[in-house]
Amino acid sequence: MRAFVPILVVVAGLIGLWYFAMLPMNAHQAVLDAERAGAVVSPETAAERRDMSGWSLVTRNFGVVSQGVWAQDRPRLPAPHQVAIELWETTVEKKITSKRSLVFHGWITLSATLVGFAIGTVMGVLLAVGIVYNRAMDLSVMPWAIASQTIPILAIAPMIIVVLNSVGLQGLIPKAIISAYLSFFPVVVGMVKGLRSPDPMQLDLLRTYAASGSQGFWKLRLPASMPYLFASLKIGIAASLVGAIVGELPTGAVRGLGARMLAGSYYGQTVQIWSALFAAAICAAVLVGIVGLIQRVTLKRMGLT
Amino acid sequence: MAPLIDEVPGQARDVVVRASKLDLTFQTNDGPVHALKGVDLDIHAGDFVSFIGPSGCGKTTFLRCVAALETPTGGSLTVNGMTPDEARRARAYGYVFQAAGLYPWRTIARNIALPLEIMGYSKADQKDRIERVLSLVDLEGFGGKFPWQLSGGMQQRASIARALAFDADILLMDEPFGALDEIVRDRLNEELLKLWDRTGKTIGFVTHSIPEAVYLSTKIVVMSPRPGRITDVIDSTLPKERPLEIRDSPEFIEIAHRVREGLRAGHVED
Repeated sequence: MRAFVPILVVVAGLIGLWYFAMLPMNAHQAVLDAERAGAVVSPETAAERRDMSGWSLVTRNFGVVSQGVWAQDRPRLPAPHQVAIELWETTVEKKITSKRSLVFHGWITLSATLVGFAIGTVMGVLLAVGIVYNRAMDLSVMPWAIASQTIPILAIAPMIIVVLNSVGLQGLIPKAIISAYLSFFPVVVGMVKGLRSPDPMQLDLLRTYAASGSQGFWKLRLPASMPYLFASLKIGIAASLVGAIVGELPTGAVRGLGARMLAGSYYGQTVQIWSALFAAAICAAVLVGIVGLIQRVTLKRMGLT
Repeated sequence: MAPLIDEVPGQARDVVVRASKLDLTFQTNDGPVHALKGVDLDIHAGDFVSFIGPSGCGKTTFLRCVAALETPTGGSLTVNGMTPDEARRARAYGYVFQAAGLYPWRTIARNIALPLEIMGYSKADQKDRIERVLSLVDLEGFGGKFPWQLSGGMQQRASIARALAFDADILLMDEPFGALDEIVRDRLNEELLKLWDRTGKTIGFVTHSIPEAVYLSTKIVVMSPRPGRITDVIDSTLPKERPLEIRDSPEFIEIAHRVREGLRAGHVED
């Protein structure tokens, strides 16, 4: 329980900062609204105000700004409560089959995330096994794996989509592949380290039993790598979600959290963008939490915690 | 090759390990290191042989050669009449390392089951053997515990049980009690002797401790470094029955003295 107090303090601080930042961010619109409603503002014309900073508008029109920034239709920075209300309305109050439901869009993204995560994890583990057991792979795979991660995903995602589209793959699979592209890397790095974690003495011990290579893998290397694998999976699943969202951006997709963000930005619906962002963040937190839970249960059953 | 028969009258026992003119040279960046040079040694069935000497004298290396964990560069070495590697594949020996090396994700019983699983013993057989070796090392009732729940001494006992679980006639122990405190060590020494008596295994035992070597062994091999070689082989005159108090007897002190002399002689040549 005592851990909650500092967490709440930090959250409250961030929310406070957020509300505070709304003043300069939304000041122009607030002053414009007030002017249209007939109030006296300074400076008087929009043209004069255009190049002014938000803060100077706030100081010169504190009265109207401090009232007008909180509930705008298309604020530059929506208020936390606006985002919260939007989140509530688009999750709980909409049918999940509705095109406006974030649960619907969230599931589209999540399914691509999970498929991509599964592909990435399997790929990562297989590559790691190859690297540990095959000298040629040891020397050749890692540089490529590292190179693959230095390419901005935003640059390569459209190409993957286009290439796969030309062979008839659309929808979930291309997104899952982009997602796997991001998530395999931490798994490779973690698993290589994990599979190599048994010390020489433990390997010697297996030699004295005349154990076969596969026995060494299943009985020593694989179980020894579990703590490393789970650390990687936590990074990998968050990366998968990012990959799935990025995969929705360049396609003009109409479904998914990425599509919501894109649509929001086309129509200046900042509240929609922010609520999609938060939905993605909540999904990521839940996914990482689930992996963490599986980690705790598994390692506890293995006696490793 | 048939097991060789020792020619000492009244002591006609099989030779289990026979080394002659054994050399092992490691190539390092600083030039060759002679870990073993011209080592001649016979170990007979049922012997308790201790290897003692300062660091770098090759005592562990010799044990590792017997276990086929190192490959000699010269001379010959047979284990049960086979090459060490054949003996390893025939699972001729159990090896106990300085650290217990128990798998933290396996319970004590499952750790002991590890070699049995690898060697393909049936589940029922595994269970019987685990029970048997746990009682042999005085760890009844600890089978379900994880290694971290046991003290260092108990962990080392479990690792000895693991080496005993399959039917190897040879037990190779590389400073198994080196990391334990003196009190625990005394107790484990006493238990090891009882265990040796009950099982009749041939034991090769590497140690840094003169009293430990004298107390445990029927044969003490004194070694010295650079190059690693044998300077003295002492056949113990102590009776097989050895209470801890025997360490205060004149006979014990005399053997210990000879070991110390052997160690010193090795050093003078430096």
